[in-house]
Amino acid sequence: MTTLDKFSLMPVSSPVSLPVSRQTKLMAKRRLLQMHYEAGVGHIGGNLSSLDALLVLLNEFVTPGDELILSKGHSAGALYVALWSCGRLTEESLKSFHQDATLLAGHPPAGRIDGIPFATGSLGHGTSLAAGIALGARFQSTGNQVFCVTSDGEWQEGSTWEALIFACHHKLKNLKIFVDHNELQGFGDTTSVASMAPLAARIEGFNAHVSEIDGHDLEALRTAANLECDTVHVIIMNTVKGSGVSFMENQMKWHYLPLNDDQYEAAMLELEAP
Amino acid sequence: MRNQFAEAIVERSANHDMVFLTGDLGFMALESVQEALGSRFVNAGVAEQNMISVAAGLSYTGLDVWAYSIAPFCYARPFEQIRNDIALHNLPVTLVGNGGGYGYGVMGPTHHAIEDYGVLCTLPNMKVCVPVFDEDLGGAVQWIKSDKSPSYLRLGRGEKPDGYTPPAFAPWRQLCAGQGPVIVAVGPLAGGYLDRVQNLPEHERPNLWAACVLPIKRALPPRVFVEQLGASTKLIVAEEHVQTGGFGADLLMWLTSEHIGVQDFVHMFAQSHSYDAYGSQTYLRQKSGLDAQTLMQHLTDT
Repeated sequence: MTTLDKFSLMPVSSPVSLPVSRQTKLMAKRRLLQMHYEAGVGHIGGNLSSLDALLVLLNEFVTPGDELILSKGHSAGALYVALWSCGRLTEESLKSFHQDATLLAGHPPAGRIDGIPFATGSLGHGTSLAAGIALGARFQSTGNQVFCVTSDGEWQEGSTWEALIFACHHKLKNLKIFVDHNELQGFGDTTSVASMAPLAARIEGFNAHVSEIDGHDLEALRTAANLECDTVHVIIMNTVKGSGVSFMENQMKWHYLPLNDDQYEAAMLELEAP
Repeated sequence: MRNQFAEAIVERSANHDMVFLTGDLGFMALESVQEALGSRFVNAGVAEQNMISVAAGLSYTGLDVWAYSIAPFCYARPFEQIRNDIALHNLPVTLVGNGGGYGYGVMGPTHHAIEDYGVLCTLPNMKVCVPVFDEDLGGAVQWIKSDKSPSYLRLGRGEKPDGYTPPAFAPWRQLCAGQGPVIVAVGPLAGGYLDRVQNLPEHERPNLWAACVLPIKRALPPRVFVEQLGASTKLIVAEEHVQTGGFGADLLMWLTSEHIGVQDFVHMFAQSHSYDAYGSQTYLRQKSGLDAQTLMQHLTDT
């Protein structure tokens, strides 16, 4: 019996219907870990910190015509799993993650998958792209909403602030920016590398409407996504890198490392429903 | 060319769902566009990276999107945004760079654009237009929007002999004919050269061509041009662009692929981003050997 066969004895549930529940979260986390484990790739920590928001947005808020931009493209796995959870990606496609001839690359691909409007991965692009789509929707009176999920380290990119200035100036109330504020970046924590604290206050200084929430609280995510503002709404999601897997939580190394066999087994056991 | 460009945009805006972005530039040039487009004329401020990605987002929604700035601010500063957000997704955004080549003259090399189209032509799906004459802008705008791919429009200063009526816009145009060498000049240079060579005796007069589209695969040289090459001993290519990645290199690659030989090839190009002193576009062309006097020497050199 191979390792893969062994863990296939703990099957991942099939995609769910609305709304996102605690069981949905667990199922999605398990499928995310399985996908990364089978592909032997990392970036797991930031995937787990943003997964809950992506699940809620894609299952409950992104309706036809709306768009979601994952600006933190290194959380592509979470995006794929969230799209799978609402039936927009197949189980078969998830199995191709990170393989040759796949469309499910390590960062969201360009123009080939419904639900992924733009290829991202280089940080600091997504907020501007989302602002452009939001402005286009306004010009054409479509009423469509645009959701953008950024990292927190990404706010060190000057272009992200350019985008914020633009979005606030144009009062893009159909744009909601969710910041995955897990406080860890590539080679340190955000306050020790290049602090922007207090991030919420600084963003608010540009006249955005800012909310701070627990980014793993489903109800808080819903409330934030539902809130109607007269300008762009920036939601600072206080999150935990590696959320839900005790030995991954708040550990920078899980920005990079793939799971070995023992770690995978331990993580999956933690994510079993009680 | 800015005024003619503005006229062409205003005309197009009547029939197209257009958005025009500017990076806080256009005084005394784009007011008519602003008036015609109203809220669809967006001053994106001094934030070119954002402007380009916003342009991509707007284009994604189906709008006809133009993004304007001084040339280097339009392609060099936001290069990654052009690559990732526009070119990679084959979005039909048009970047408009004013002051191509040494157009900003004594303003200095931070404002020059002598590697613009070479850099941009490395990107997927990108096409480039370098109008020759002020009268080209209507045709140039039509050509750029003739297919749904990203594009770069390099604006300069139209140059032509007094009283000359340019032929209608086309990617390749022969401006004068004779028995001398074959010259291809990219963009406005061609008009300036015409003034100098059109009255030469026929046996000395070159076959002067104006080219304005890149990469060359977008508009291959016409058969008569190739026939002239076969009858000539010299091909001169002139462009206000660095040697690497320019029109000359692209043309030579194509000629080689077609097994068309050239006995003597002369490439006149922008020699440097900076010289020992600053000066006007005319001064910098002279320093680069792009002036008409240097062209005349190449015509007679054996």
